[in-house]
Amino acid sequence: MTDKYDAIVIGAGHNGLVCSALLGKAGKRVLLLEANDQVGGASITREFADGYSTSACAHLLYQLQPEVRKELKLSTRMASEDMTTIALAEDGNHVRLHNKTAEGVSENDAREYREFRKRTTRFADLLRKFFNKKPPRLGTRNFDDLATLGQLGLNLRMLGREEMQAFLRLIGMNIHDEVTERFENPVLKGAVSLDAVLGTHLGPRSPNTYMTYLYRLAGDHGRSGVPAGGMGSISNELAQAARSSGVTIRTGMPVKRIVISNGRATGVETESGEMFESLTIVSNADPKTTVMKLVGAQNVETGFATRINHLRAKGNAAKLHLALDGLPHIDGLARKDFAERIVIAGSENDVERAFNPAKYGECSPSPVFEITFPSFRDETLAPTGKHVMSAVVQYAPYEIKGGWDDAAKEQFMQSIMDTLAKYMPDLAERVTASELLTPADLEAEFHMTGGHWHHAELVLDQFLFVRPVNGASQYRLPIDGVWLCGAGAHPGGGISGAAGRNAARTILSRENAS
Amino acid sequence: MTVRDAVPMGPLKTPFYPRHQEIDIVNQWHEWKGFSSPDSLYCEDLEYFAIRNGTGVFDLSPMTKYRITGPDALAYLNRLVTRDMAKVGPGRVAYAVWCDDQGQVIDDGTIFHLREGEYRLCCQERHYTWFQDATIGFDVNVEHETENIAGLAVQGPTSYSILKTMGVKGLETLKPFGLIHVDFAGTEMMVSRTGFTADLGYELWIDPAKALELWDALFAAGEDFKIRAIGTHALEQARIEAGYLAPYAEFLPSDETVRTGRSRSPLELGLEWLVDFKKPNFNGRRALAEEKRNGSTWRLVKLDIDGNKVATNSYIYSNAKAKGKEIGFITSATWSPVCKQNIALGTVRTPHGKPGDTVWVEIYYQREMHWNREMAKAVVVEKPFWFPARRGATPPNPA
Repeated sequence: MTDKYDAIVIGAGHNGLVCSALLGKAGKRVLLLEANDQVGGASITREFADGYSTSACAHLLYQLQPEVRKELKLSTRMASEDMTTIALAEDGNHVRLHNKTAEGVSENDAREYREFRKRTTRFADLLRKFFNKKPPRLGTRNFDDLATLGQLGLNLRMLGREEMQAFLRLIGMNIHDEVTERFENPVLKGAVSLDAVLGTHLGPRSPNTYMTYLYRLAGDHGRSGVPAGGMGSISNELAQAARSSGVTIRTGMPVKRIVISNGRATGVETESGEMFESLTIVSNADPKTTVMKLVGAQNVETGFATRINHLRAKGNAAKLHLALDGLPHIDGLARKDFAERIVIAGSENDVERAFNPAKYGECSPSPVFEITFPSFRDETLAPTGKHVMSAVVQYAPYEIKGGWDDAAKEQFMQSIMDTLAKYMPDLAERVTASELLTPADLEAEFHMTGGHWHHAELVLDQFLFVRPVNGASQYRLPIDGVWLCGAGAHPGGGISGAAGRNAARTILSRENAS
Repeated sequence: MTVRDAVPMGPLKTPFYPRHQEIDIVNQWHEWKGFSSPDSLYCEDLEYFAIRNGTGVFDLSPMTKYRITGPDALAYLNRLVTRDMAKVGPGRVAYAVWCDDQGQVIDDGTIFHLREGEYRLCCQERHYTWFQDATIGFDVNVEHETENIAGLAVQGPTSYSILKTMGVKGLETLKPFGLIHVDFAGTEMMVSRTGFTADLGYELWIDPAKALELWDALFAAGEDFKIRAIGTHALEQARIEAGYLAPYAEFLPSDETVRTGRSRSPLELGLEWLVDFKKPNFNGRRALAEEKRNGSTWRLVKLDIDGNKVATNSYIYSNAKAKGKEIGFITSATWSPVCKQNIALGTVRTPHGKPGDTVWVEIYYQREMHWNREMAKAVVVEKPFWFPARRGATPPNPA
């Protein structure tokens, strides 16, 4: 005897949680299966050293869509909100960025930054509208698709002639060209460049990094925060919302395969051999895992399998966790500044230089960083008086020459500590324990192919109408009853909930239609 | 050593080239996937009548061949082609088409189930990329082996007698679309009862090193049975009489089309019998199921046309006055000497072209520079134009 559900969601990452909760809210009987022992996927808080906890993958909240907050009535208690970005300079002349203002830069740079942010914010708002919709298909006569396309055209036109031209000119461009055109201050240029490439396998000179910068703003205009208790809190809150709308959540239940019979999904089988039946299977797993492992390439068609197989999803961001017996010294920073978001990017060229070796399967000898000290505002994360440093470190290619063995990790750790020492000379003495998660580790722990935050690289040929690939861009695989709801689907990764919400809405509207 | 010595220049020569060269009088050749292939060797008409009255021997070595092996070979092929390959046992050959995800035909060909789990796929075009892409998710090995095998088509009413005379054993029980492995001069030779002429006929497949020896033995055995080497033009005439499809005539390989609507589905090519919706997933299944529900746009027709003007490239109309838009066009046409009929294959828009329907073909022909136009009446026929009883008989009546 197997259990029957209206929908089975595979993976309790934040998108899986959002999707389940919304399906549950609509009265569906939903089963949510999670491979790990806790819900949240890459948005969890966990202990990494005795007494020290931190957000294990994603560590900042800046993209959660207001629609998700509202519909699931989230009221997340925040430890930090609206953080300032402090871009460290080796000489102590740090640059501070907050909304549209830049401090510590020339008057000209400050004015240009205001203009830059004004424009990017406007463009990001335009994108955001489409992030909360099912992406339209091109060349169809479907009413929804035409309406969305029409709206996209109209919104573009409403930017005004000049701004529309600017949008079309900039969207495929790289961030390096934009920052060098506008700014003088290398630290400012480095900080903006870093924001455009965080979590991607892209350097500031890679195409469409202007778009990835917009992507970052397409939530809360880039305003970052940290929930009290770390990113796990948001997942727990989402899980609570799901449970209260009747969703059954079962953890420690890795799914082995989606059962396909006669061209349609009829259920799932777990690794432990349990079978669950449903005609709607929603996968929060990345597209490659979903198609190649869960569905099986033989159950889709050759062209589609090939496109999925060619999907670029090789992570290049590592995650660093340090347990500290005290805050390190940073020249020119006040104590309260440790509550903010600190970046070490050098200049735009330093970010590109950090990326260079990654193209050839090597780690950056001088990596770039996005750093937070979450324990500064949240005492639950470390013993009293002690601290946690959480950092995204780039670049650490998923496919490193010789593989990610202990020696490779040790070598990269050395590069990290050497680079950090230039800004925090006493850091090494403060470290009592550390954890470095390479993309290979992120893949193993969070089951995302290539350890990539976005499940599939954020590039124009894997974006919007063609995300993850042509033929699956509307959350639906070309096999009846299988849906995508994760970061690999439109619009992409980051703790935004947009993919999960859009998927749930698409599934529900389809059911209403039939 | 010069570059000319180091790098083979010009078209490749098949293993039978030396024999072709000896008998070639007309010196008309074309390129077939990198190889020289004769249009005709001495006289097109005589070559054609060799197929219909004696035996025509055609060098099909340039035919593209892939070897498909491995534990998932059957599962792989079943996902690749539209028919159910589980029903094609070892020692059998299957005509098959393969489609893209949109259910549009990429190509057609024959799949030889050589031995349990070991297959050879033969077709006119090259498809290595597609066949490799199709291996994703399967434990299967696809190897291109065109140049490793020499092939001869031995086609015509006397073909059985010639092969028997040559000493091939086991032909008495070899049914159409069957294959056997026999010994030829100490080398294994595969003999299949297949062909492109709709008459009694066989195809011989052998190591290229033995090609000339085979040719000589075959022609020695055929001396009293009207054996003749033939070129592509004679075969093409026989092919149209058989009503068989040719890529770039009846359909374009879908991966070669740019404009939408220029490719064809198997249903539009009269190959619905080859599409098995009951078997597991195959390429094009979803699209073809939808097409079956909603109806096809095109229909392949065999036309018996009045008069004797060959209807090459003609438009097809629903009425004699050519009023309104044309309903389709001719894809292959010939005068059939054996049927004494003006025949053609064409593609027309549905619902036109049902068997028994009358359509009108607009034929242009030249007389001393001046062009003439004729609207010829044509009837859609269902059966192949040429399909003698001996083709299906086992053993075939010796001729």
